[in-house]
Amino acid sequence: MHTILQVQNLQTQFRTYDGLVYAVNGISYSLNEGETLGVVGESGCGKSVSVLSIMGLIPQPPGIIAGGQALYHGSDLLKKSQDELRHIRGKEIAMVFQDPMTSLNPVLTIGFQISESLQLHMAMNAEQAQQRAIELLEMVGIPQADRALHNYPHQFSGGMRQRAMIAMAISCMPQILIADEPTTALDVTIQAQITDLVKRLREEIGMAIIWITHDLGIIAGLAHRVIVMYAGFIVEHAGVDGVYDNPRHPYTVSLLGALPRVDMSREERLVSIPGMPPNLIGLPKGCPFAPRCTFVVEKCRQENPPLTPVEPNHEIACWVDVRTGGLR
Amino acid sequence: MATTSEALPGTVEDTLATREPLTPTQLTWRRFRRHKMAMFGLFLIVLLIVYAVGGSFVFSEEYANTTDRTLTGGLLHGPSLQHPFGTDPTGRDLLARTIYGGQISLLIGLAAVLVSLVVGVTIGALSGYYGGWVDSILMRFTEAMLNIPQLFLLIVAAKYLGDKVHNFEAFGREFSGSVIVIIVIIGFDSWMYLARIVRSQFLSLKEQEFVTAARCTGTSNLAIIAYHILPNSVAPVIVNATLGVANAILTEAYISFLGLGVRQPTATWGNMLENANRYLETAPWMWFFPGTLILITVLAINFVGDGLRDALDPRTMVE
Amino acid sequence: MSDEILVRVENLKKHFPIRRGILIQRQIGAVQAVDDVSFDIRRGETLGLVGESGCGKSTTGRTMLMLYPPTAGSVKFNGQNIFQSKGRRLMAIRRQAQMIFQDPYASLNPRWTVNAIVGEPLWVHGLVKGRHAQTERVQELLKLVGLNPMYVNRYPHEFSGGQRQRIGVARALASNPEFIICDEPISALDVSIQAQVVNLLEDLQDKLGLTYLFIAHDLSMVRHICDRVAVMYLGKIVELASRDELYDHPQHPYARALLSAVPIPDPKAERKRQRIILTGDVPSPVNPPSGCRFHTRCPIAVDKCKSVEPEWRDLDSEHWVACHLAQ
Repeated sequence: MHTILQVQNLQTQFRTYDGLVYAVNGISYSLNEGETLGVVGESGCGKSVSVLSIMGLIPQPPGIIAGGQALYHGSDLLKKSQDELRHIRGKEIAMVFQDPMTSLNPVLTIGFQISESLQLHMAMNAEQAQQRAIELLEMVGIPQADRALHNYPHQFSGGMRQRAMIAMAISCMPQILIADEPTTALDVTIQAQITDLVKRLREEIGMAIIWITHDLGIIAGLAHRVIVMYAGFIVEHAGVDGVYDNPRHPYTVSLLGALPRVDMSREERLVSIPGMPPNLIGLPKGCPFAPRCTFVVEKCRQENPPLTPVEPNHEIACWVDVRTGGLR
Repeated sequence: MATTSEALPGTVEDTLATREPLTPTQLTWRRFRRHKMAMFGLFLIVLLIVYAVGGSFVFSEEYANTTDRTLTGGLLHGPSLQHPFGTDPTGRDLLARTIYGGQISLLIGLAAVLVSLVVGVTIGALSGYYGGWVDSILMRFTEAMLNIPQLFLLIVAAKYLGDKVHNFEAFGREFSGSVIVIIVIIGFDSWMYLARIVRSQFLSLKEQEFVTAARCTGTSNLAIIAYHILPNSVAPVIVNATLGVANAILTEAYISFLGLGVRQPTATWGNMLENANRYLETAPWMWFFPGTLILITVLAINFVGDGLRDALDPRTMVE
Repeated sequence: MSDEILVRVENLKKHFPIRRGILIQRQIGAVQAVDDVSFDIRRGETLGLVGESGCGKSTTGRTMLMLYPPTAGSVKFNGQNIFQSKGRRLMAIRRQAQMIFQDPYASLNPRWTVNAIVGEPLWVHGLVKGRHAQTERVQELLKLVGLNPMYVNRYPHEFSGGQRQRIGVARALASNPEFIICDEPISALDVSIQAQVVNLLEDLQDKLGLTYLFIAHDLSMVRHICDRVAVMYLGKIVELASRDELYDHPQHPYARALLSAVPIPDPKAERKRQRIILTGDVPSPVNPPSGCRFHTRCPIAVDKCKSVEPEWRDLDSEHWVACHLAQ
């Protein structure tokens, strides 16, 4: 499998009135051609900030990319200028965000926005771009695409807008699609339509996807590999079956235990993780999850465990073996 | 047994347990303090108040209103050691007059805003909360008032009512009744803007979930208006009222300049300017000092108003 | 869960008028948010009300407590029709029927202390005498919901979302209600905090004998906490059954599509899944489709569905459906 994106030791911080916020603290992963990587975590874990950092979309100041590399086909995105990034963004690496209302320009028609991208990146003329835009809208399942071209974003429903965003994103046949919580604000039946669409498109286009969400249900159906983030660190990294059938990090275990299922009735109480999400100001000594962990031992409070393999194709950042409760 | 979320070390909750509670007011003050211009404006205002109030312990009112018989070569003199701001054509010390005049000008500024607050907030609150025909009637009335040209209203009212109120005593001073008239006129001329602001605040706040929650609890409409919504609408009201003080002072200045304001012998910065009218070039100190004081006051209030506007910005209210 | 009916909703309608006009406003149409909805809630049970956005579930909850003036129908609480109650009787009902709101940030007055917020029902209903008594009772309530009673004088902005939601729960409990409507109480919270709050709600139900109407769009959570579930679509209830009955044997095509669309956190289950993908968007509640409102998107609709509204019938011991084709 050919690696197209390699992130190494990415660190991002923010300067605020209350102090330095450590949003992303040395994460590393790679993305292979055609593969879908799920990035899971709750709010504040750094999942969005990490991809925005890679794409150069973090304003600096107050943000600071404090270290690391993001190698796209060998060259480091973090070292590129905004001009160079503009050529890559939209064309080779496309993004879809959670709220299409704020990512789409409300005073321009959908057709115009898609054509603009096509003319810019694919060097098409206006007529070719319009034709292609209609094709794209049809591809994403927007009915009466030739008329939809002339509509404004507010005339679409939430689901349709998200489809339009996807149409724009795939218009230049990107190698990587980064989707940051694209279905969180949508109803569940619309969400199913969109994930279905994305699955179809990734077959047709062969693009790799980074899908960011807090919803462990969606990831189970979409991703090939999963990374679980907490407080700016990766705590577990494995294939999708590995994470769900055999979670080895206490946070992942608790997170899965906190989820009810629609296909079976659970009589036991949901696992609730005691305490609250961590304060990101200042790096903790030791493991960031230690204050809330049921498997915590003294070593956890002293030293932050690195991400190490626990089984083939399965890494965790933990000193403890959750199956026994003792040290690994 | 209820699930607990006790303070665990290193979490946000831990700091919650140990830190002193910060009221929204304290938070606002902290944000205000970061504004250098606003703090400077506040400092100036404090100085001005010390000047106007403290100064009255240095000079008596009688002194401010009496001709200085020791002056030689006419009564109109420029700044000198004995009269640092000079004298007016009747030989009265201008420094002392600006002190007492300042008291009146500031008083008028504050009192006029108070009047407009009472009227504007009441009308705006009722209008915004109840809506329907109450809103329609009150708003049409407000708009009608807005359509009357301000200057026209002020001039007419001042001309006909200015002499009708008797002189009165307060704070150990005697005031011309025209002070009350001016306060009321300015107040009644500026409540409309407040009413609209308060109304729009109420329109949006009454849809907030905490208001729905209060209705669900069974809280009465009056209690909701007074205790729930009003405290949350103070932000633009404070800003508007602060700037309104500056506006009232300026308005008083130009009504008095037109000769329709506070009557003699009570001094205000405005009617001192009016006295200076005939001496614009020959005795510039007559308009320079009161004029500068007005300028400083208005500027200082505007700086403070700007700082308040930023400090009270609702977007930063919810941390 | 007993058989005694605590709340009876009959033919509830809530239409929001759409008005146009400059001087005089005329009504030219209405958003039919809730259209002829009926159901019972038994003492001690948790009834789930589910559906997607715009189906009318939140509007139903709020209209039940007269937070919106109802258009038609009745809601009887312990036999008393809340819509016909005024003054003292209305206050008595309000004491017994409370609500927990969705948005932990907007549902607490930012300028009030926790003491004032949780204590408001106490002084509105005259349940305590004096500040000291109020503070004591508030501290008891905070302990009950798992918050440190030291926090009485703090302000909402100092708390996290999950803690604020607990404050909202404490407020709802202050008047010792029998019945609580939970209007999407966990939608705005992180996954790990959702579990905390749901566990709390279950504990309180056991401890205090509460009855809940649980309004939500998260079908997985509803399966976990509810005894019976009602599914709404475009202002109408399309199916109502006991929990396992509904989830394992849904009869209405919309309920089936809805359940098949919910993601399962289990890759093997996801791979085996047969999803029923609905086409198109939800129609506008201003102009709902004729006949069965679902017919425009229904995969098995026939001619009758376009013109005749389906009857609400009991298929099999308290499994109610509104569909021409259900057996």
